[in-house]
Amino acid sequence: MRPAAAPGDPGQGRFLGVAMFAPAVLYILLLIAVPFGLAVLYAFSDARIGSTSFHLVGLENFRSILQSPSFRKALRNSIVFTLVAQAIVIVCSNILSIALEKPFRGRGFVRFLILLPWVAPVSLGTIGWKWILDSIYSVITWVLVALHLVKPFNTPMWLGEPHLAMASVILVHCWRLIPFSTVIMLAGRSAISKEIPEAAAIDGAGFWRTTFQINLPMMTPILSVAVLFGIIFTFTDMTVVYILTAGGPYDSTQTLPSLAFATGIAGSDLAAGAAISLFLVPVLVLVAYGMLRLAHRAEVV
Amino acid sequence: MAIVETRHLTKVFKQGELGAVNDVSLATEEGEFLVFLGPSGSGKTTLLRMIAGLETPTSGEIRIGGRVVNDLTPRERRIAMVFQSYALYPHLTVYKNIAFPLKAQGIPRAEHRKKVEWAAGLLGIGRLLDRKPRELSGGERQRVALARAIVREPEVFLLDEPLSNLDAKLRASAREELERFHESVRTTTIYVTHDQVEAMAMGDRIVVMNFGEVRQIGTPAEVYDEPADTFVATFLGSPPMNLVERDDLIVGFRPEHFFPVAVLAGRAAVPEHLRAHDREGPYVPIGLRVTHEEYLGSERVVYGALDGGPFDGKKVISRMPSTLVARYEPGTVHAFAVTERHLKLYDRATGKRTAGRPPREVWR
Repeated sequence: MRPAAAPGDPGQGRFLGVAMFAPAVLYILLLIAVPFGLAVLYAFSDARIGSTSFHLVGLENFRSILQSPSFRKALRNSIVFTLVAQAIVIVCSNILSIALEKPFRGRGFVRFLILLPWVAPVSLGTIGWKWILDSIYSVITWVLVALHLVKPFNTPMWLGEPHLAMASVILVHCWRLIPFSTVIMLAGRSAISKEIPEAAAIDGAGFWRTTFQINLPMMTPILSVAVLFGIIFTFTDMTVVYILTAGGPYDSTQTLPSLAFATGIAGSDLAAGAAISLFLVPVLVLVAYGMLRLAHRAEVV
Repeated sequence: MAIVETRHLTKVFKQGELGAVNDVSLATEEGEFLVFLGPSGSGKTTLLRMIAGLETPTSGEIRIGGRVVNDLTPRERRIAMVFQSYALYPHLTVYKNIAFPLKAQGIPRAEHRKKVEWAAGLLGIGRLLDRKPRELSGGERQRVALARAIVREPEVFLLDEPLSNLDAKLRASAREELERFHESVRTTTIYVTHDQVEAMAMGDRIVVMNFGEVRQIGTPAEVYDEPADTFVATFLGSPPMNLVERDDLIVGFRPEHFFPVAVLAGRAAVPEHLRAHDREGPYVPIGLRVTHEEYLGSERVVYGALDGGPFDGKKVISRMPSTLVARYEPGTVHAFAVTERHLKLYDRATGKRTAGRPPREVWR
């Protein structure tokens, strides 16, 4: 049975359908499919900015980036950075969702405040953090000095020392992702019937047992969606790294997206940049597949 | 096993509002099956949840086995509760659901299987142990919930409308099963329901509640035959008790005690059980103008208004076995009667039962 089509004039219904559908298709084609196709094409070519020569070179680009130490470092950084940030995000957003679940005075306002970092543009927020972590004007340093925890003439360089810089980048990412994750967890938590934790309390389960054996397992589907989104957001994001450290010091915070940008756009080697960014695709597809399977299996308990 | 007692128990949800539960004092007996019966919003579930430890009382005291438990967590009260929705853990198998309270209370793992199998066997769900709750029917889920409650051998059972999610046919058999179950374990049980049939059938005693207050506590026969006030009189019984008012009094009589006068006088061909039961004692003759009649198979219900006398025009209902062969055309007037001892008098201002005057006088 065909819906919508008016009797006697099936053509008009079809036209309207196509017209309504077209913007979405155009959007996806122009802004997603075309750039993606171009990236694939460049990755197998020798395209460079400011040069008209264009030859297909097969897997040459991939071979050369795999041999480059800065690529391997960026890959390792990306993985460390994503995993650590996700772990922190999951734990913190879980705690927040527990705290925000029960009604209290001003809960709506607190929820609004927590959501703010997610609503603010990434670049703006990150610029704010750049000031907070500045080598001279950092408020964090100022507070630590005032508390006599660090000496005024030997302050930590938050963005200037490899380990501190990595920690700072991770911190800013957590700041940005926790709100989103918290909202998803709250939704998952409120989907659990109130009687189930009550039954657990009657059955004699304390807070930890209820959390880890009842609530969290029941939240697995939504939890894995939150983790999946978190991984994709962190793994593919270059704004935070680019603004905070631009990959430095000594490439210690370089991640795959920021390296792709540095190589392809800033360094004019379009082909190598495209190859680096394409390297992410199969990894992310695998992660997405795994998470969706987990979510599905948890749902069909 | 233990006695559950509440003393002046009150729960106010919002300050300034009427309490959901108001000054309730009651006590179960050892091993008793006590039913909280009332319409929705009567506070029966709130009362049960306070006993369970899921709500904190605003004032008053709860005692289980003589010990004040107000400040104890649910687990320390050694109670078990079955929820209306059963609240089974959907991600755990039936076995793990039943074993959960054992695990939570730190009973050695070696004893789990024996206890789970005992509880499952008691409820006939031994073959379901490997399933997940969503693979079970409503009746099976209810049994799993019961098994999870019984497995820790609690001192008190609290049941919150456990049959209301079952279909009518299953409900009757589940009710009978619950009764037999209580018969075999003899644990003090508090059962919340809005269904008077469940309450009458299962309860050793019934606590009738309305607007957060206890209206009457008594055996099913007591609350049905001698309702303490007009609320209990109309809440129990289907159709409810006829209430007709005059001056400062309300007179009540049950539809099944409101008969054609010929039956009470012994002039009609009457089924044996009626004759033995209802011919005793003097009766008050009352005219009935029929408005309509329902034939329900085993019985017939006649709707009408009183005709003549001090209660002229008041609407009443008569219920009689359909073995009484008679025709009640709309508009016709018939001579009916009620035995005097079946007339109950209530104070019109308070709705409470009064000793009052002899019924014959009231009717004059």
